[in-house]
Amino acid sequence: VTRVVRVLRRAWRRLISMRTALVLLFLLAVAAVPGSLLPQRPLNPTKVTAYLAQHGAWGRFLDRLGMFEVFGSVWFAAIYLLLFVSLVGCLVPRIRLHAKAIRAKPLPAPKRLERLPEHGSFETTATIEQAAATSRAVLGRRWRVLRRDEGAGVLTLSAEKGYSRETGNLIFHVALLAALVLIAIGRLFSYQYNFVVTQGSGFCNGVVPDSTRLGRLAQDGTISPAPFCVQLEQFTANYLSSGEPSKFIAKVQYNKTVDAANEPATITVNHPLRIEGDRVYLIGHGFAPKITVRMPDGTTREDVQAFIPRDPTTLLSEGAFKEYGKQRANADIGIEGFFAPTPEDTGGGVITSVSPEVNNPILGIFIYQGTINATGVPQSVYSLDSTNMSRTGQASLQIGQSVKATNGVTVRFDGWVPWASMQVSHDPSQDYLLIAGIAMVVGLIGSLSVRRRRLWLRITPGASDDSSSLTVVSVGGLARSDSGNFAGEFASLLERLEAAVGPAPEPELVGAGRE
Amino acid sequence: VTVAVNSGMAHLSDALFTTAIAVYTLAMIGYAAEYAFGRRGRVATTARAAAPAKVLVGAAGTSDSRDSSSTPAEIVAQSTDAGRPARRSVVGERFGRIAVGLTIVGAVIHASSIAIRGAAVDRVPWGNMYEFASVVGLIAVVAFLVSLAKAPQIRYLGLFVMLPVILTMFLAGTVLYAKASPLVPALQSYWLAIHVSAAASAEGILMTSAVITVLFLIRQRYDKRIAAELPVRFPTSLGSRLPEPATLDKVAYRTVAFAFPIYTFGVIAGAIWAEAAWGRYWGWDPKETWAFIAWVIYAAYLHARATAGWKGRSAAWINLLGFGAMTFNFFVVNIVISGLHSYAGLN
Repeated sequence: VTRVVRVLRRAWRRLISMRTALVLLFLLAVAAVPGSLLPQRPLNPTKVTAYLAQHGAWGRFLDRLGMFEVFGSVWFAAIYLLLFVSLVGCLVPRIRLHAKAIRAKPLPAPKRLERLPEHGSFETTATIEQAAATSRAVLGRRWRVLRRDEGAGVLTLSAEKGYSRETGNLIFHVALLAALVLIAIGRLFSYQYNFVVTQGSGFCNGVVPDSTRLGRLAQDGTISPAPFCVQLEQFTANYLSSGEPSKFIAKVQYNKTVDAANEPATITVNHPLRIEGDRVYLIGHGFAPKITVRMPDGTTREDVQAFIPRDPTTLLSEGAFKEYGKQRANADIGIEGFFAPTPEDTGGGVITSVSPEVNNPILGIFIYQGTINATGVPQSVYSLDSTNMSRTGQASLQIGQSVKATNGVTVRFDGWVPWASMQVSHDPSQDYLLIAGIAMVVGLIGSLSVRRRRLWLRITPGASDDSSSLTVVSVGGLARSDSGNFAGEFASLLERLEAAVGPAPEPELVGAGRE
Repeated sequence: VTVAVNSGMAHLSDALFTTAIAVYTLAMIGYAAEYAFGRRGRVATTARAAAPAKVLVGAAGTSDSRDSSSTPAEIVAQSTDAGRPARRSVVGERFGRIAVGLTIVGAVIHASSIAIRGAAVDRVPWGNMYEFASVVGLIAVVAFLVSLAKAPQIRYLGLFVMLPVILTMFLAGTVLYAKASPLVPALQSYWLAIHVSAAASAEGILMTSAVITVLFLIRQRYDKRIAAELPVRFPTSLGSRLPEPATLDKVAYRTVAFAFPIYTFGVIAGAIWAEAAWGRYWGWDPKETWAFIAWVIYAAYLHARATAGWKGRSAAWINLLGFGAMTFNFFVVNIVISGLHSYAGLN
């Protein structure tokens, strides 16, 4: 049993050693690399799918290793948890030691101050008491000073400063640990809902979102989304002549609870709407074309559908309309198409967009008749599965134009409205995390800039039977940290001490006295 | 069309940028001349002439608390008896002074170029890679000038500061160049001024640290080869005029110790901005990931310098690794890897 304990103790010591911490830091840095070079599922699942399709066995191998979800993988967690444990194991004894050191008295002066890296001495006519008192005053409040009597009339002053260096260091590391814990708590309690909202419509938090990212507690229903609703009144996108965007503005009305009164608000890219613990962001935008369809049975339908931008710079967008007719009658009308905000004919009737600004837009469509979603498998609202449908027409329409398909169906392009994608985020720990972050920076500054110094003065009286024999003050110093130029600091301190403690008598006099 | 760009000012800014590169190049030639003809002695040759090579090794390995006194002034002292003709040192001195003058003039022109660019587009002048690189270069130059005011004896090292600065600016002016234009909505935030200036300052200072670290490695290798009486070739031969390894190591450490809290602050400021702009404070965007990697490596550097067996050479390589990660984050992540931070302005 003792052997097991011994082995465990040795393993623990090794884990909390600086060397291990260094290795773990390197591992952490290396482990993060694939997270930036390979597509990551939480960031971009479609890219991961494409990568897997392209790379076959190699892709599957990487997937098994968790390379597409590096920051949620077991091995990444293993590294930072080990680092976490190592840090705790290292910090606990250091906090104990530092608490002791803060209360401890400065060490007695070494026997031979001239052996210290920095040392010097001077003579003075002052008595040892005067010299000690003046020296104490010169050192001031930044030094912790302890006076000791070495006997035979010899006094020593032990001085230390820079305790806040270690304090800062400990604050930084404790804040770092706190930050890690807060991040974990935040992830547990967080939720995120994304909504695509066309101008004039709205959403209520958590109700039929387009996509979600939920923390554990939101997933199992322990916490539920705050009950507010947001209505998109108006979305405006401004562009420069170069086509670069200059401003996106969403004007909204919102109510904090179902019964609360509506309040107006403006959401822009860097200014989310903050409703108590939740934030509503403007994430993206696009166009939703409006059409009127005359169905095979003669009824008309008006529809507006958000199209997804395929080109982020010109906002050429794609999407689909799905008009369900009488069941089992092959009477569904499906329309897939593209929306070019500023269209240009690239030749051969192929239309593209040259600017994200809307200027005589064109809606290009293919019209199908048949059964939409014959398989029953849920489909994207932005694309049409036309396997059980047959194409009955196609056209490039300007606003107000319509096209008649071979089956008598007509489609009219009525116009468009903008849509905005809005995101609700909730993370209850982030304010505390900010405090931890500030503590980290403050701790770091203290840890890296405060200078830890030790200084000793030995004040020896002159021979009592010789009135010309002077009090000797010898000073020795030790830098206990790397920062600063201690040689310079020591020299100027020595100079100040000498100037204050005693004007040494004329050198000739000293010489005369000694001979 | 909402915001106009003052194209006259933008052109003036571009012209000043080019002028600054030219003036810096002249300054670099001046520093190189001082380095070649200067009175900074050939340490090793001198030492070898005066005493057995052992002394040098001893000097290189002086204890940590002691070496703060071994400034380049000592090297001067060591070399005064080298019998170098006095006329040459006067020439070197003159070149050095001219180079500092040119550096100051260049920095003023450079700063004006940046300020006028900002005025031309009515925003902070670090909204794309070109502007960012220009600011980093200016900070490195200013950091050098400030150190020069404190320690005039490092003047001849200007060569090694100007070289990477000119290189960075050349890349900025050619590969990274982007026309003056207003900011995209995502960048329209006062956090741009805070986050990016912190990042640029930290990077400028860390660049200086990397240069000093390279000099440290050269000098250390030089000492080792001289001690072993092995032939010394370029670039190791540069070591003959460099300050003591312990001094270089210490200066490299202090620059990192100064920059690391700024860098940490920059990352935290970025997280605060990301919370307002993208809905989360951290999302492992490639830029964030590499900022994290560089931060961890520099943290490792700071720890390595306090760990037996990792001091000196190993720590120096970690420092360079950190700078490598940061450079990768600037060039490769911005240009090659797409992410939310793709503001290079290169299309």
